[in-house]
Amino acid sequence: MKRVVITGAGTINPLGANVPATLEAMREGRCGIGPLDIADVDRLSIQIGGQIKDYDEATHFNRQQISLYDRFTQFTLLAAREAIGQSGLTFSGALADSSGVILGTSGGGLNTQDENYRAVYQAGKNRVHPFIVPKLMNNAAACHVSMEWNLRGPSYTVATACASSNHAMGQAFNMVRCGMAPVMVTGGSEAMLCFGGIKAWEGLRVMSKDACRPFSATRNGMVQGEGAGVFVFEDYDHAKARGAEILCEVIGFAMSSDASDIVMPSKQGAARAIAGAVKDARLNKEEVGYINAHGTGTAANDKTECAAVADVFGAHADKLMISSTKSMHGHLIGGTGAVELLACIMALRDGVVAPTIGYEEPDPECALDVVPNVARDANIEVALSNAFAFGGLNAVLALRKH
Amino acid sequence: MHPRTTGGYEMSIKDQVIAIIAAQAMLEPADIGLENSLEDIGIDSLGLVESIFAIEETFDITVPFNANDPSASDFDISSIAAIIAAVEKLKTEQTG
Repeated sequence: MKRVVITGAGTINPLGANVPATLEAMREGRCGIGPLDIADVDRLSIQIGGQIKDYDEATHFNRQQISLYDRFTQFTLLAAREAIGQSGLTFSGALADSSGVILGTSGGGLNTQDENYRAVYQAGKNRVHPFIVPKLMNNAAACHVSMEWNLRGPSYTVATACASSNHAMGQAFNMVRCGMAPVMVTGGSEAMLCFGGIKAWEGLRVMSKDACRPFSATRNGMVQGEGAGVFVFEDYDHAKARGAEILCEVIGFAMSSDASDIVMPSKQGAARAIAGAVKDARLNKEEVGYINAHGTGTAANDKTECAAVADVFGAHADKLMISSTKSMHGHLIGGTGAVELLACIMALRDGVVAPTIGYEEPDPECALDVVPNVARDANIEVALSNAFAFGGLNAVLALRKH
Repeated sequence: MHPRTTGGYEMSIKDQVIAIIAAQAMLEPADIGLENSLEDIGIDSLGLVESIFAIEETFDITVPFNANDPSASDFDISSIAAIIAAVEKLKTEQTG
């Protein structure tokens, strides 16, 4: 079994257009959620989101590229450039043939679908641009990363709703760990902030109209965000041999399925994934200092997640810290685990635990240290990152300071 | 990207087709020769379907073209001149 380390990180999300800006915002507890600026927002009952503002695709991509890159692909490519750039890797020969890309997304090219359904249904147009299919498909982002960086090994896209990124990164981790690939580019992306994307979520009645306040007794739902997080997972020996900077080590991964309900979370399913990641990483429970929570800000998720953490960790649950950065960047759905992994890296590498902002009032059903409102300095050796998806699909990663 | 007019007067079908293809090939219209094939000026299969889309949008016509078997289509793309002639024929059929 190989050891697996992270040698590059990249992102664009509502908190910043790169990793340093994002971590600064997380340290300062800044909120990236605000009024949505999208077509027909006046016909939505939910009018807020974690939208990436001041974004002009033409500054990053040429006309031909834009005709092929949906917003979720654009975000992915920008994050991949930062991550692979930081790693210092170039892919050629045997390294290129064995290294690949596994990314998560839930909606894929949803903006492309939305715009073109508008064109044919609303505007009555009878033809659409020829590249709509390759632009909207869920695997487009992974494919364009593979093309831009000559990654010719195992590559595909994982779609498990809100756990997509964690499932993708877990798969990439296991591929490097078992020696199948020396390097895997992994993470996820989502760009669902369009009229149809929000309208569909409104139907479930789980969205907040004003803010995302995870674990607070006053919480009233989730807020959607958009963006991407991409990482370079590398065989430790390979990274060490080339003198790469190591951000942290990935030490465990587990997944579980509730096999019970298509939307309601299960304490047992979440607990089995958390306990599974602890076991896979061969940890004593007491070693876990920080958990980046799924923490959506819905009534059901937050109390179920806290109960699962209490079940797994027993008395240690009161000593560890658990925070939800969704309070700041919103729920990036299929990309959320990737952006949230940055908070774990910050805790391990910089000794700063990101806060849960918007926290107003304790909830007895969420009675853990949720790092309310203000970031905290702490020496964290091991961190977990939770993701629990609709459909009861759970995926938890374990990371260690390097 | 689909120029209909320049300087206030109507462009001919020929000039409009050349402008569409030139934009796709990222060349100046003056660099496009009537005898050129699409391959000559670096337009690949994706560039071809984009060009046909632009022609359909510009002239409000439906081009009978199947990318699976371009030679069997009732739309000759063997040269720039052939494409212009095919578009002129479709426009005539539409108005006639």
